[in-house]
Amino acid sequence: MKILTLLGLLSACFLANSINIEVCTSRFWFNYRHVANTLSVYRSVKRLGIPDSHIVLMLADDMACNHRNPKPATVFSHKNMELNVYGDDVEVDYRGYEVTVENFLRVLTGRLPPSTPRSKRLLSDDRSNILIYLTGHGGNGFLKFQDSEEISNVELADAFEQMWQKRRYNELLFIIDTCQGASMYERFYSPNIMALASSQVGEDSLSHQPDLAIGVHLMDRYTFYMLEFLEDIHPASKTNMNDLFKVCPKSQCVSTPGHRTDLFLRDPGSVLITDFFGSVRKVELTMDAINLTDPIKQMEENPVNGEEQKEVYSYADQLPVSEIIHQKPKQKDWHPPDGFILGLWTLILLVFFKTYGIKHLKHIF
Amino acid sequence: MAITEVERRRGQLAALSIAAVVIIVGVPLWWRTTETYRAWLPVSQIKDLAKLQLHLSADVEVVFALDGDLLVQFIILRLQNMKPARYETKYRTATIMEEDALKKPTAAEADLSLHMLSESPCGSLVVYVIPESSSLLPEDVNVYIGQRRTALVRISAQMRVGKTLEQLLAQLEPRIKQVLQVMSFSHTDITVALSDRVRFRPGNKESIADSMRAFKSSPGYEITFSLLNPDPKSHQLHWDIEGAVQTYIQPLLTKLSPLANFSIDSQTLYYTMLGVTPRFDSSLEAYTLNADSLAHVINPVEARLGSNAASSNPVLNFLLYVPDIRHSPLYIHDHRKQEVPSNAFHSPRWGGIMVYNVNGFYGSETEFPVHVNINMAKVMGVFLAQLRLLLGVQSLSPPPGFLVAPCGSTGLADWELDRLMWSRSVENIATATTTITSLAQLLDQIGNIVINDNIAQQVSSAVTSLQLAMAELEVGNLGFALQYSKEAILASEKAFFDPSLLHLLYFPDDQKFAIYIPLFLPMCVPILLSMLKIVSEVRPLKVQIGL
Repeated sequence: MKILTLLGLLSACFLANSINIEVCTSRFWFNYRHVANTLSVYRSVKRLGIPDSHIVLMLADDMACNHRNPKPATVFSHKNMELNVYGDDVEVDYRGYEVTVENFLRVLTGRLPPSTPRSKRLLSDDRSNILIYLTGHGGNGFLKFQDSEEISNVELADAFEQMWQKRRYNELLFIIDTCQGASMYERFYSPNIMALASSQVGEDSLSHQPDLAIGVHLMDRYTFYMLEFLEDIHPASKTNMNDLFKVCPKSQCVSTPGHRTDLFLRDPGSVLITDFFGSVRKVELTMDAINLTDPIKQMEENPVNGEEQKEVYSYADQLPVSEIIHQKPKQKDWHPPDGFILGLWTLILLVFFKTYGIKHLKHIF
Repeated sequence: MAITEVERRRGQLAALSIAAVVIIVGVPLWWRTTETYRAWLPVSQIKDLAKLQLHLSADVEVVFALDGDLLVQFIILRLQNMKPARYETKYRTATIMEEDALKKPTAAEADLSLHMLSESPCGSLVVYVIPESSSLLPEDVNVYIGQRRTALVRISAQMRVGKTLEQLLAQLEPRIKQVLQVMSFSHTDITVALSDRVRFRPGNKESIADSMRAFKSSPGYEITFSLLNPDPKSHQLHWDIEGAVQTYIQPLLTKLSPLANFSIDSQTLYYTMLGVTPRFDSSLEAYTLNADSLAHVINPVEARLGSNAASSNPVLNFLLYVPDIRHSPLYIHDHRKQEVPSNAFHSPRWGGIMVYNVNGFYGSETEFPVHVNINMAKVMGVFLAQLRLLLGVQSLSPPPGFLVAPCGSTGLADWELDRLMWSRSVENIATATTTITSLAQLLDQIGNIVINDNIAQQVSSAVTSLQLAMAELEVGNLGFALQYSKEAILASEKAFFDPSLLHLLYFPDDQKFAIYIPLFLPMCVPILLSMLKIVSEVRPLKVQIGL
């Protein structure tokens, strides 16, 4: 027990940074609330200090620029349009059809093609605390992606185990806001994972309130009350996880939120919310400086001899205008007649033979 | 009736032959075609590696430069008390040239001339024992640790008198061990480097801080120098960053090139404020930032710093902040409200920030914007110190009676480089071993993953490099060991993070049934039924015959 608490304490001091992955898995306009959920969580963690380079935001559909959005370029999370969570500082890393089960698992396990840029990777190390927030439509043991595929709880547990094996996280907080969300964390078996879900197996997570001007439901209940809770947190606050577990009781949420802490080394009461939702860096004062006495070397001018030629780079011709203007008309290959024309001729022939009798056929063939 | 008999026989033969073909040809064919391609992996070698029996050895030479008639024979001793490491210690007397070198006026010059005589290879140490009458070291200092791989130990008077060789050596041994603790690897270092595999039980606060501060071993690092000018209307700043990097930083990075590749870039950011408002201290007539508020400075600034999108190497950021004219001068105070002389702070695994006050460069009547030339030597001195700490050069305080020479113009002493190389090699070997063993375990557990040839080849080359690295460490060739460990870690990471290993992770059983039943059931039912019919016909016959 003592060793466990000691290890737990060490885990606390080991924190170097927080990384977030926020995923909205639903497509279509009527799933507006899932995008609003994800963007609200994104906005809260940015307010608490996590920079964009540490957030991987995946939105399966674009609500702000959707044709059906009566207020374009905005995503509201509260009726009467009080709070625009889209803002002007949103960096979406995976958008639209890029949000797939495969990409999500690749981000988690790190098995991305070498050409993937930094912003699309999960650059965590063994000192990172990772927060994963998933929202969308789910069922018993699966979460639906893009209305066409699903991720099962076993795959998710295996992905977390691979992350643990490669020491890609120090502690992991998993929050899921879907129907029957608790089934998604049942199969976890890697250490240092804490999970929260908005509803138990067999229950549905309900949405909060519709907005009559926009015409859809704006948020889900669990995320709405979680956000109200997070609005009270500031970067130096000392609220701990036990308070987060109490968010959205059955009276407000209708479903029963659940949580799982048996895999977590530390006591949840000692885990600060800002460990995952915010990012407070450890700082040390620099006590020594090195005494440098050499004068600065002057940078040499470019050698006068013309041998060293700088390589001149240029863009490949994007639009070969000269070819377009001066080109000769291409010899068009012969194509068999279009279906319409074929059908028309067939019709004409049929009518002819119907009218004048079939015996005339021998004149044709 | 014979016809129906023949017909029936034919029918039975047909059914039997179809069943035979299905079982003998069909089932193996189906098995082979639905098999996943798994190239062979050296699993037994991986299991052996997992035990991670590391043996480190370093060459130490102790040279006696004492006057008198102390004849030391060539002895090779082993100090066997620090597992898993051992020191190959050789003892000899000093040559004439070395004695001349040791007669120089100061220790630093002696160090330099000794270095001219012979260059010690990477990872080895030479300890010179000088008589107590020597004036190289000041009064209270008994040990001098040079910039390269030498140390000078002065024996005290009572050690000499009437002692035999063995007793003298026994007296010197603890002193030499102390030197080795400082200049070479120690048990704590190795444990910290192995913290990937071994859950670290911290020795003291310093070692925790050291282990958390340095970046993990990576094949490359990106260093970015940024000049933050929040008030361009008042200050027009000019810094010769290219020249400064070339003169001050590049030598260090060149020296560290066996460890990793470094790429440097620099930028200037305008109108970027610190996220924290400094307090005005009327007693000092200056603005102050105290140590507690420093932690909140970094995140708002980090959002503005760009980074190289192409590489996923860790980034070290060094920021030079020139306060705006309304908050000048700005000083950083520590917990005891004392001013920090360097006016800088750093964050583990991130980088460093230095505050540079320019209000001293101009009076109050100048017209704005004022052109200011930043003193790059001072700035780079601080950044170089921070860079050393962030890269893992440890800031231990030497034991009493020790004098450590300041590091040279490159910013890094040779023995510090050796220490870094040791801990890097061990860390690389540990990480690569963990990666390979967990990959082998993963591929074993999930039987459906396809293992391509290139992955098998990477794994084999990683295993070979690991074995070579451990062999070199055992012999004491530090340079080669580091190189092999780097190759091992590159190959193992490439194998583990290969994009092709993601497929076929999981098929639930009910889905497997759902796929196979519509395909095979319609075919199997007639065969089974005809088999049953044959059996039911044969049995009464057998009964008849038996009867």
